[in-house]
Amino acid sequence: MSAAVAAPGARPARSSGSLPAIVGAELLKLRRRPATWVLLGLWPALQLVFSLVIPYISYTRGSSFEGIPPEQVLTSTLPDRLVANALSGLPLFGGALLLTLGALLAGSEYGWGTLKSLLGQGPRRTTVLAGQLLALVAVLAATVVVSFALTAAVSAAIAGAESAPADWPGAGELARGFGGGLLVATTWGALGVLLGTALRGTALAIGLGLVWVLAVESLVVNVAAPLLGFFDALQRGLPGVNAGSLVAALAGGDVRTPGVVAVVDGGQAAWVLAAFLAAASALTALLLTRRDLT
Amino acid sequence: MQTATGTVGQRPAPAPPSLRTPDAEPVVTTDRLTKRYGQRTVVDALSLQVRRGEVFGFLGPNGAGKTTTLRMLLGLVRPTSGSATVLGRPAGTSVAQVGALVEGPGLYPYLSGRDNLRVLARYAGVGPGRIAAVLDTVDLTDRAGDRFSTYSLGMKQRLGIAAALLKDPALVVLDEPTNGLDPAGISEVRTLLRRLAAEGRTVVLSSHLLGEVEQICDRVAVVASGRLLVESSVEELRGLGRLVVDADPLETAVAVAGRLLGADRVSVVDGALHLQAAPGETAAVNRALVTAGVGVTGLRQEARTLEEVFLQLTEPGDPPPAETPGRRPRRVGRSAR
Ligand SMILES: Nc1ncnc2c1ncn2[C@@H]1O[C@H](COP(=O)(O)OP(=O)(O)OP(=O)(O)O)[C@@H](O)[C@H]1O
Ligand SMILES: [Mg+2]
Repeated sequence: MSAAVAAPGARPARSSGSLPAIVGAELLKLRRRPATWVLLGLWPALQLVFSLVIPYISYTRGSSFEGIPPEQVLTSTLPDRLVANALSGLPLFGGALLLTLGALLAGSEYGWGTLKSLLGQGPRRTTVLAGQLLALVAVLAATVVVSFALTAAVSAAIAGAESAPADWPGAGELARGFGGGLLVATTWGALGVLLGTALRGTALAIGLGLVWVLAVESLVVNVAAPLLGFFDALQRGLPGVNAGSLVAALAGGDVRTPGVVAVVDGGQAAWVLAAFLAAASALTALLLTRRDLT
Repeated sequence: MQTATGTVGQRPAPAPPSLRTPDAEPVVTTDRLTKRYGQRTVVDALSLQVRRGEVFGFLGPNGAGKTTTLRMLLGLVRPTSGSATVLGRPAGTSVAQVGALVEGPGLYPYLSGRDNLRVLARYAGVGPGRIAAVLDTVDLTDRAGDRFSTYSLGMKQRLGIAAALLKDPALVVLDEPTNGLDPAGISEVRTLLRRLAAEGRTVVLSSHLLGEVEQICDRVAVVASGRLLVESSVEELRGLGRLVVDADPLETAVAVAGRLLGADRVSVVDGALHLQAAPGETAAVNRALVTAGVGVTGLRQEARTLEEVFLQLTEPGDPPPAETPGRRPRRVGRSAR
């Protein structure tokens, strides 16, 4: 251990890790954390099961799927439906999983008392948040890519087995699908981070987040909106409704996943989601910088 | 618990505090530092100084406001009023040279000890070389690959200290670093703190383990209910010993001693007069009593352990001196007399 200690003032007041170094640290944390793998692995897995595996099994049995005749069921699993099949789960169960991930990441820093350790090493609070959000975006991007890759592989296998046409979507459609999927995923993740930070813990944040995604939004959309004009207007501003609308637009309007409803058009949905993402990040930064850390 | 006898003078490497920090510049200065949570004032106009190179003990009973004060020094908690300067800069902006362990080690249970330090080293902007160095310092190199959640309490605490040392800080702030450690662990931490001081670092350490503070600290501040009771060197604090006087008539003796020393330094225990007085005051007390016609049959100075001083200072029934309006906290020591 070195005995040399600089005189006060000899070193800059704030020497700490750069943003890339902090993103690297956050990626290390994410990589080593089992919960990351469970939550991020579950989403493409469920996606695959519900958009390809179950419809294909129902087709091979010659039965109709959700009232759709077998031939059309097969068509829906083929490569040209890649974007729809890779993203259709994102607004609902994907949202629930990613909101949980965000809440877990932010909330457990309070439970473990690790936030004070991170800040104790010198970075600004906003730099810490930026590093954490960027690392989250990076793993979400990787997960969206994995979802596309898995869906593509299984679709290609189905097309091969059934000697059906393998028409892949164009590069533009894929890029829009990736971008839109990442926007939806990041918005859910950031809303989870906001909840975990606001509530300074995981349990309540996850609970409230899940009730919102799985119950409140669907009650507003299915029960309240048809009855009252106010709720009809309100639903157009909900994150889940906009996520569903964006995915439906990217998928060419033909998505039968429950919870995915095209209420607003795709462009508007993208803007609303971006606004949610920006607001969640800004509010988290505000909470983080304004509050005492005890 | 360790006894008080002669431990301060036995420090191995560093010179005695009076030589080590003669009039060293202050590393930490707080000026009427105050924190209120709602109606409750948790830290109340605390003004103290930590000098460069010293091991400073921050003592007080549970809930005294020690942790809250340290959090304000680190910029984790914003003061309600007053200010704190750390290494010449407003508290919280001098983090580059401050290493801290506040209220237990905050580390990731699912990461290994080494990976925890890896994460923190990236946050600190220090190279991976520091990781091996601090692991070695706290003697955890062998277990560095194990998950933090599998560590014993003492190992966790040591890894927390290692994390505080990553930046090679000039000032180390440790909040009850021996919390939950067994005697062997306490002794290890003590050795470590001595080493840090010998390397020229300033160490601020909060504790309610008086034996620990007595053995390693140069100076201490005692706080209770957020107020500073005493800031002095350990010897000086202990030096304000107890003078036990067997006197007759006792009532007259109480009155005379009260006039001489102040009523709050006089009490009667088991028919004897107990006075809070420094050794140098013995003669004056004796003279005053005899002049007043009191028969003095016994007069002895009892050295106190820091524990006794602490208990007396923080006794709930005894209003702390700082509570009296306009009266400053007692600063025992040559400079204040
Ligand atoms: N965030 C908070 N909100 C309200 N009160 C608080 C908060 N943090 C601390 N306190 C109160 O401040 C007082 C001092 O707490 P602090 O943790 O600083 O004491 P301490 O001296 O470190 O005690 P201990 O020896 O038990 O660690 C306590 O009464 C505590 O309840
Ligand atoms: Mg405390």
